[in-house]
Amino acid sequence: MIEVKDIHKSFGDTNVLKGITATFKKGKTNLIIGQSGSGKTVFLKCLLGLFSPEEGSIAYDGRDYAKLSGDERRDLRQEMGMVFQGSALFDSMTVEGNVMFPLDMFTKKSKSEKQERVDFVLKRVNLLEARDRFPSQISGGMQKRVAIARAIVMNPKYLFCDEPNSGLDPKTATLIDNLIQEITEEYDITTVINTHDMNSVMEIGEKIIFLKDGLKEWEGTKNEIFKTDNKAVTGFVYSSELFEKVRKMYVEERN
Amino acid sequence: MSYLTSIGSYAIMIKEVFKKPVKWRIMKSLILKEIDELMYGSLGIVIFISFFIGAVVTIQTAINLTNPIIPKNLIGFTARQSIILEFSPTFVSIIMAGKVGSYITSSIGTMRVTEQIDALEVMGVNALNYLVFPKIVAMLFYPFVIAISMFVGIVGGWIAGVFGGFLTNAEFSEGLQIDFKPFQVVYAFIKTLVFAWILATVPSFHGFYMKGGALEVGKASTTSFVWTSVLIVVMNYLLTQLLLN
Repeated sequence: MIEVKDIHKSFGDTNVLKGITATFKKGKTNLIIGQSGSGKTVFLKCLLGLFSPEEGSIAYDGRDYAKLSGDERRDLRQEMGMVFQGSALFDSMTVEGNVMFPLDMFTKKSKSEKQERVDFVLKRVNLLEARDRFPSQISGGMQKRVAIARAIVMNPKYLFCDEPNSGLDPKTATLIDNLIQEITEEYDITTVINTHDMNSVMEIGEKIIFLKDGLKEWEGTKNEIFKTDNKAVTGFVYSSELFEKVRKMYVEERN
Repeated sequence: MSYLTSIGSYAIMIKEVFKKPVKWRIMKSLILKEIDELMYGSLGIVIFISFFIGAVVTIQTAINLTNPIIPKNLIGFTARQSIILEFSPTFVSIIMAGKVGSYITSSIGTMRVTEQIDALEVMGVNALNYLVFPKIVAMLFYPFVIAISMFVGIVGGWIAGVFGGFLTNAEFSEGLQIDFKPFQVVYAFIKTLVFAWILATVPSFHGFYMKGGALEVGKASTTSFVWTSVLIVVMNYLLTQLLLN
């Protein structure tokens, strides 16, 4: 579980996060949604420890990040997995090399143990056949699956995903969403996903936090988001014509 | 003010490069890869340029020494002094700022743009140590490249001078040995090591701290080349004042 208490973050004179409090539970897919510039990415980077908030605290299963020593922070980082928007795979390494990288860096496992673990996660994301290819030789959807494999190879307690569906076709996007949700449940991970893809909200939004201008505007589940009267949320959700039609149908059905 | 900030950031970067080292087994392979990319990969261009510059320096000297009182062995002497003192350590370093420096800035800059550096940091890897330290170690082999450049430059001068009919083999050999001061070679290699440090760290700094997208990677490579060249030229002047004056 990750507990965020009243975090503030600014860059120069610009206050990006103005006091956000939230709790992300274990075994659940938690979504952070909001328009561009709402502070989603900065919030996620604070959760990852890449940015230090000026005020407030972030605790990972009771461990306050600000109070940890350098070594403790490094150990905590190894409990985190991250899927970047652009996958962020290492160009010079094969698919297998990318997934093997965290094991080589941080474990004392034998070569065969590491190989066994890599085979297991590659099989889990259905990429065993692409193990010897380089990132430039595989599709965007496959790159995302490699990024997921790399993120889970160390058995993380916390999984963070920044716009995991960006640039993917709807079918592949759904596949990635489902894979993340399955992995979250299977390994009992605390997953936080940064997205503005409403399909993801519909598919896997077990808990949704809506950010607006650096503040938490709304919090709820995928079922609640279509019933809320919060104008900022409805404005965001129904900016898509498709969802507006769905809403009208829903209202008509209800009446 | 921005220059002071950059100098401060550079100092912090250097401190970070030597902190929290990556496992030696991994570092060893990274160092070997960088030696291959930065040093072995540069030998071709260094040998090619050194040979022809050595030849041109000899021909230019021979053509300009028209006074019959001046001994012809001075052509060999001038070629040796030009190549050992300036051409190989300084001008080859400026060429390397274009080749190696641009490669370092663009490769690290691309990793920044594509979030690969963020990925390393999230995993808990000291990205500066992982990316920059192997380059610094690889550049310790730079004096060997410069030694090859000196040798090839003199060979180029000898071929152009002797086979071009400007002087005899004996005159060129005699010229190479006239007034030889071993410290001048030491001076050249001290300069080379300082330039190696600049060539490894300044482009890394520009790549690591760049912001933006693909266009900015190109701009960072250009800026890196300019600053690396400027620093090489300034350090060349300072070291010459300190060591030879």
